[in-house]
Amino acid sequence: MNPLTLCLLFSGALFAVGLAGALCRGNAILVLLGIELMLNAANLNFIAFWRYGPSGAGAAGPVFVLFALAVAAAEAAVGLALVIAVYRHQRNVRVAEAVRLKG
Amino acid sequence: MTAVLVILAGFTLAAAAVAFALRPLVHSALCLVLAWAGVATFYLWAGAEFLAFAQILVYVGAISMVVLFAVLLTRRPAGGEASATADAARRVAGGVAVAALVAGVLGRAVLAAPSAPAPAAPPALGVRQLGLELAGGHAAALLAAGALLTVALVGAVVIASGDAGRRGEDPP
Repeated sequence: MNPLTLCLLFSGALFAVGLAGALCRGNAILVLLGIELMLNAANLNFIAFWRYGPSGAGAAGPVFVLFALAVAAAEAAVGLALVIAVYRHQRNVRVAEAVRLKG
Repeated sequence: MTAVLVILAGFTLAAAAVAFALRPLVHSALCLVLAWAGVATFYLWAGAEFLAFAQILVYVGAISMVVLFAVLLTRRPAGGEASATADAARRVAGGVAVAALVAGVLGRAVLAAPSAPAPAAPPALGVRQLGLELAGGHAAALLAAGALLTVALVGAVVIASGDAGRRGEDPP
């Protein structure tokens, strides 16, 4: 099989695993980790097309992945701080029970 | 070459799936660290070495530590899990169905696309070239990323240490 096809299938499967994790688990931390996994799957696509794409597009793929990494790091920091803030008010981090934003 | 990719993909997918199937949160986080390391190995395999090391630093080093701290700081008292199992089972079924649907659509689209011939030589990208690219054409975006990270760091600290000013109140 074409390596590009394999890479894209890998990335699609990883995205689906992250989506299933984010939808199935009720814990806010695991929902956040599922979203991080989906971001990683999207990054795999950039690298796959950079490596096996039809035309050499310079360094566009790796540069894009680098910026996506920075955004993912910022998202994880703010998301986990929000989880801690929710926990301080409600004493649990289940997304089904966090139904109000007011502290 | 392709066999390595298949082994890598299988390892990463298995680590991610096991992470979301495990009950204890700490085990889930540690399994996800394995999955992120698998993604970093994929970058190494594809020839983007700098990204592999950045992935190791950011995910395996930093985010996993933050996640472990969050897991330990938000630990529930024992016995809170047993309620609403029917609701949880329905949510799991729905989540898996939606994810299977998405995976099916993505896989079908990928397999139906015409396959382009792979380029003869892999694109070479050294750290020097990547640095020149970042500081040259993408300098504004690099500055914006730095500002974003600073704002996110300060915001995370402010949010996580929120009610330092109203310590006298009783928690609700």
